Amino acid sequence: MRPIMLKGHERSLTQVKYNKEGDLIFTVAKDKIASVWYSYNGERVGTYNGHQGTIWSIDVDSKSEFCLTGSADFSMKLWEVSTGRCLFTFDQDTSVRRVEFDPYDNRILAVTDKVMGFPGSIITYKINRDSPTQQDTTPLLKIDTKEGFEKVSVAGFSYLGKYIVAGHQDGTISKYDATTGALIGSVKAHEGLITDIQFSEDKTYFIISSKDKSASIYDVDNLKQLKRFEADAPMNSAAITPVKEFVVLGGGQEARDVTTTAANQGKFEARFYHKIFEDEIGRVKGHFGPLNYIAVHPSGSSYASGGEDGYVRVHTFEKSYYDFKYDVEVTAEAKAHAGEQ
Amino acid sequence: MTLEEPKIEDISVDDIDFSDLEEKYAVPEDTTFERFVVVDGCPVAPEAKVPVLTKVLTKLLSQAGTVVSFHMPLADGKTKGFCFVEYESQQNVDKAIKALNGKKLDVKHRLFLNRWNDVEKYAISGNITDEFVEPTLPPFQETDYLKSWLQDEAGRDQFLLHKNDTVGAFWNKKKHAPEPVIEPRVGWTDGFIKFSPKGQYAFSIHPQGIQCWGGKDFKNLKRFSHPKVRLIDFSPSERYLVTLSPDPIVLPPEDHPKRASFPFGPESEGHKLIIWDIATGLPARTFALPPHLEKVKEMVWPLIKWSYDDKYVARMGPNALAIYDTADNFSLLDKKPVKIDDIVDFEWAPAGVKFASSKQNDPLAHVLAYWTPESGNQTARVALFEVPTKKVLRTINLFQVSDCKLHWQDKAEYLAVKVDRHTKSKKTIFSNLEFFKLNEKEIPVEKIELKDRVINFQWEPNGDRFVVISKPEVVGANQTFVKNNVEFYAPEITKDKASALKKWICFKTLADQTSNTLKFAPKGRFLVVARIGGSKGFLEFYDLDYNGEKSENENVAANVRLLASDEYGGMTDVEWDPSGRFVAAWSSIWTHKIENGYRLFNFAGELLREELVDGFKDFIWRPRPASLLTGGDKKKVRKNLREYSAQFDETDLMEDSSSARELILKRRRLLEEWTAFRANVAAHKEQYGIVEVSHDNEDLEVIEEIKEEVLKETEEIVE
Repeated sequence: MRPIMLKGHERSLTQVKYNKEGDLIFTVAKDKIASVWYSYNGERVGTYNGHQGTIWSIDVDSKSEFCLTGSADFSMKLWEVSTGRCLFTFDQDTSVRRVEFDPYDNRILAVTDKVMGFPGSIITYKINRDSPTQQDTTPLLKIDTKEGFEKVSVAGFSYLGKYIVAGHQDGTISKYDATTGALIGSVKAHEGLITDIQFSEDKTYFIISSKDKSASIYDVDNLKQLKRFEADAPMNSAAITPVKEFVVLGGGQEARDVTTTAANQGKFEARFYHKIFEDEIGRVKGHFGPLNYIAVHPSGSSYASGGEDGYVRVHTFEKSYYDFKYDVEVTAEAKAHAGEQ
Repeated sequence: MTLEEPKIEDISVDDIDFSDLEEKYAVPEDTTFERFVVVDGCPVAPEAKVPVLTKVLTKLLSQAGTVVSFHMPLADGKTKGFCFVEYESQQNVDKAIKALNGKKLDVKHRLFLNRWNDVEKYAISGNITDEFVEPTLPPFQETDYLKSWLQDEAGRDQFLLHKNDTVGAFWNKKKHAPEPVIEPRVGWTDGFIKFSPKGQYAFSIHPQGIQCWGGKDFKNLKRFSHPKVRLIDFSPSERYLVTLSPDPIVLPPEDHPKRASFPFGPESEGHKLIIWDIATGLPARTFALPPHLEKVKEMVWPLIKWSYDDKYVARMGPNALAIYDTADNFSLLDKKPVKIDDIVDFEWAPAGVKFASSKQNDPLAHVLAYWTPESGNQTARVALFEVPTKKVLRTINLFQVSDCKLHWQDKAEYLAVKVDRHTKSKKTIFSNLEFFKLNEKEIPVEKIELKDRVINFQWEPNGDRFVVISKPEVVGANQTFVKNNVEFYAPEITKDKASALKKWICFKTLADQTSNTLKFAPKGRFLVVARIGGSKGFLEFYDLDYNGEKSENENVAANVRLLASDEYGGMTDVEWDPSGRFVAAWSSIWTHKIENGYRLFNFAGELLREELVDGFKDFIWRPRPASLLTGGDKKKVRKNLREYSAQFDETDLMEDSSSARELILKRRRLLEEWTAFRANVAAHKEQYGIVEVSHDNEDLEVIEEIKEEVLKETEEIVE
């Protein structure tokens, strides 16, 4: 099937996200406007206007009622999904690089930048869902970048909203108790900036991508590396696919190096790896700039990629995608099937 | 009671202790004889001639510095044949000895200059014992068998892979991951690593010099100390190593503890080019860099060139060619260089030459070719020159020459000279090819005139065919859009064999090519035509003796066929393995910034293996010495090829299946591990708060949107 192109942003995309049902796609870019689209036909439903700078991050709650954006204008805004109304603005000291709802929709998380003497922090707030325009601006938790750590680049909630896992600039990942903020553990996962963190469906493990040209899967409980995927270009995003045991990686030659190389060498493709065997199994071409974010449909039927080129491409998976299996998997399934009978 | 300050006048001068000042300003008395030279070999002349002689000698010796004093002892009214000279400083002494020692005063007299101290040290009896003391030989150190890699049962080739700071040696396993010979070494070299021409030794570059490695495990064999060495080269039989460093050799001072073990004598002071004997690890000869090369940005390399059997080595100076005999302690042949005005370049024949006139048992001749450009009334010239007879065997005269390149065929049967000539207006350049046929009577020369400029010329190894890449000269056109032609040449077959002189004809042209590189397989027949550099690299594999369809041209013994081609953007090098079975192409970070790595092809251009390696620098095949098999042996192998190949196929199959098995087992293990991990998570559902995802769409509301679009509305009145 032909991919759907979402042409609406004027500058490079920073994040794309599906809602829980997968019928809507939320996108943010450096052009200060957040957009929401129908994933089925690529029609734009509306925009969220109000930010004064690049919007770095967006998240939508599980009921598709509210959505949250974090921007370089030193603020984080809560919006009503259905009307596009800005409900509340959380002002911050520095730009907000990452935002996320916890799995129960009643807490939010923000990662703020380390500039101008501010240490860079992970901040959580309680969300008042009953009267959304009245929010408590005192954070529940403020985890400043600890001594001996580089600044935090990405963060997210684990299962039950129990932990917060953060990726750092130097490739370290750290884990905190989401209620007390205590550091539980850390591990050096990569050699370069952690560019993205995305959790599995049940949030028990997560995938991180790095500028060191690789991505890896870690177990939330013991921060042990489960898998590692080697690529040939800096990776900006990584996602885990439901249904099939795959992961999707996106990235590409740094924008500043692109002019020195030919188009076919930019590596602006989405790469599919087998999650268990760590082999690359396919690539999808299309973007003509690095891929900045990849999101997979919650039911595993399509994926969306946002590129430096300003486009979002939504690809629906075809039959061959579902049919692809390694011989080992086929035998294992057959064996399990025989066991059941 | 008060203490009175002593008045200065009260102190007597004798009471003052001046010893500190005396020590500080003491003038050391020069009692050494460092500034004195003994000049031997002066004429023995009557007393009356002394003033004249003094004048002559002083004038001569003043070249090295001001002569402070000059003394010529007399006995029985005659000079004694030597004199004493005092210079202003020791530097003058060094200079004088360097410049004037051995200087011929006239036919009969040769001057010998010696330091006074040396005379005292050696000449005065008692200082040096006359008894010969046997130097102690260091115990013999056994090395591994240096050719062990040739004993590989599967006859595989080795190569080195250089990435970042790590170099590893591997066996070629075709499409499988290469098998390490040794553990890859971090920091094995600080620059590059190179094999000697027959593959016995590997050499690594370091700021302090060169290290030599060999044997089964690449053990360290020798060290060659040459600080900041930049360039290295080898003699064809790998007996000698040549190194060049921008830093001149500096002798440690005479009394320095390092002086005794320093491998260079005073004659090497200031030299930058060293020839080493690889087996002993000692320098064989050193040379100063010619002054005209001191300031060049890009050094011409190699600076010295070897005859095919290491017997002679030659280097070019302005207007001269110096040939040295390695067997005679690297001494200059006939003690003087060969004067060749304006010589630009020379090349040794890569094999011994057998002339039509030479007899059955005559030794093979050492021949070199050189060329000189046009100057004044002289035409440009290419000449063949025999060593050691110094006989010019054949010359040709050329005019309107802008450049010449000398290409010897590897068996030295032919010399091709690519002559780039310019038109009278000097605006366009075209090439001529001049062929010297060394095996024929009186060395006939044949000429092929081309319209285009040849940018690459390659002889087929072991053959008499060649391939050129030519670039049409289109006046005014943008040179980057001008496509090249690849032309294949072979000798014409003529019925009348006796009278026929060999004539080459072009039997195939590939037009409109962007290729710039030609690489023949080491044993001929197969050719890789490639474009190297830039993002549009490619390789094409050709067979020159394709035995399928009939040849297009019946006049030549050749049939060119494209076997395969592959695109390889960013490719920086391509190289055949020494057996001619595989081709490695790679992209090195030295010249290309991204997507580094290598690809391995078989001779037919089938891609066997591709690996992307971050920071990949170099792929180095280990060369092989010439085969020891006789012609008969080879014939036997060829005859039983079918049997052998069946065996090899079997080995390959076994190798394939074993690695496939390993892969399946590995995958099975990974899958089991993952399933166990998920099962563990599922068993603790409560703890993880996993809510079963309901897959029935009960709570999902399907909204169907029906859009109607009115395309056209027409009203018709029905009566």
